[in-house]
Amino acid sequence: MSLLSTTAILLDKELRTEFRSRELLTTTSVFILIVLVMFSFAINPGTEEAREFAPGLLWLAILFASSLMFQTCFLREQTNDTLSSLRLAVSDPFAIFLAKVIANTLFLLLTELLMLPFFAIFYNIPLWSKLPVLILVLFVGSLGISIVGTAISAISAQARMRELLLPLLLLPLLTPVLVVSSLVTASLLDREPVVQWKGIGFLAVFDLIFLTALWLFGEYLLEE
Amino acid sequence: MSLVTALRIPPTGLRFENIDKRYGGLFALRRVSFEIAPGECVVVAGRNGSGKTTLLRVAAQIVKPTAGKLSFPGAALASHGRPGYVAHTTMVYDELTAEENLLLFGKLQNVENPAARAEELLREVGLMERRDSLVRTFSRGMRQRMAIARALIHRPSVLLFDEPATGLDPPGITWLANSLREVKRAGCTVVMSLHGESEISALATRAVQLDAGSVVADTQSGASLRSILTFGSA
Repeated sequence: MSLLSTTAILLDKELRTEFRSRELLTTTSVFILIVLVMFSFAINPGTEEAREFAPGLLWLAILFASSLMFQTCFLREQTNDTLSSLRLAVSDPFAIFLAKVIANTLFLLLTELLMLPFFAIFYNIPLWSKLPVLILVLFVGSLGISIVGTAISAISAQARMRELLLPLLLLPLLTPVLVVSSLVTASLLDREPVVQWKGIGFLAVFDLIFLTALWLFGEYLLEE
Repeated sequence: MSLVTALRIPPTGLRFENIDKRYGGLFALRRVSFEIAPGECVVVAGRNGSGKTTLLRVAAQIVKPTAGKLSFPGAALASHGRPGYVAHTTMVYDELTAEENLLLFGKLQNVENPAARAEELLREVGLMERRDSLVRTFSRGMRQRMAIARALIHRPSVLLFDEPATGLDPPGITWLANSLREVKRAGCTVVMSLHGESEISALATRAVQLDAGSVVADTQSGASLRSILTFGSA
């Protein structure tokens, strides 16, 4: 069976189980909403200050919310030792990662799209005209977060202090994504918007490098 | 329809050659060497922590040995996938229905007509009426039946059972013993870890005893076999 067909079967399983429980989507959406609401009181909406700081806040909220998502990503597979049954069933373990990366990216994107109207209202920043490029930035940024997060989740799920290990490993590795995504988003939401293609390119290259690393070394992350 | 219909494939043996498995400084298995002939039904016995589960997980290829070699003489495994493995846990998804679980593992293992195969197994393990129920709503015994169905989905020629009677009531144990009898008759190689004598252990033709990760006894004689199952010396 090819990598893509195996991934498609596993992705169907990921989406089916999540949409049945809606645990991740609810948790991440509520978390991002709380952060946006809290900081909207600290920053005066519609001001230059809001335009300057809001993109960074948005990405910080996304990053912290995603860490909640990754906490359970592989831990769920340990409940009934389903990771072992998957490893027995698939010929290429990369399919397990690929399905989880795609599912996590979709969940993150869906949460972000749900949160964008609240972001626009709370910080009084019009988004409509910039939406296509903003979605592109959210996609490449979220993909990077998902690739690294899924890999770290596989490592931390087998560790004793997994709750501490995940953020400790995740945050430093994702600093480049956070910085560049915030800068690109800030330029896009400026009164004179500029699309920073170099930044988007950097995020795409980051995604490609880490996806390749996951393809090469992912099998070792699943070993007992 | 019976489980035998599932296993019309050439039987395969199992060969452990100097298998070591170390977790840090702790040896879970130490220089384990023995061979299981195709169609044999072997009980692996031993006290808690003696290495039974690790041995079965190495045989299932879930755990890579630190040293040594595992091989499956006798048949082309590639066409029938890996051994069927029933562990302490169910190894199925609580958030999927019984049928969805079997379809998932059937599709992943390239089973021909996975829907028909899933239906056949659900009927065989007595879960046909609950095919659309989420596994998390199942009782322990039903979950164990589900685990057995999952292990058989790809028609394996080698079956590995880690304490298969766990959670089964007396009729469930009789059902399992009858199923294993059929599987054995079909020529399938069965390796199971058990505690004590039971209807299921009576099917075994050989017992291997582990202690601190090493094989300390290996017998085919009836009296010694019973002695091993009760942790006596062979």
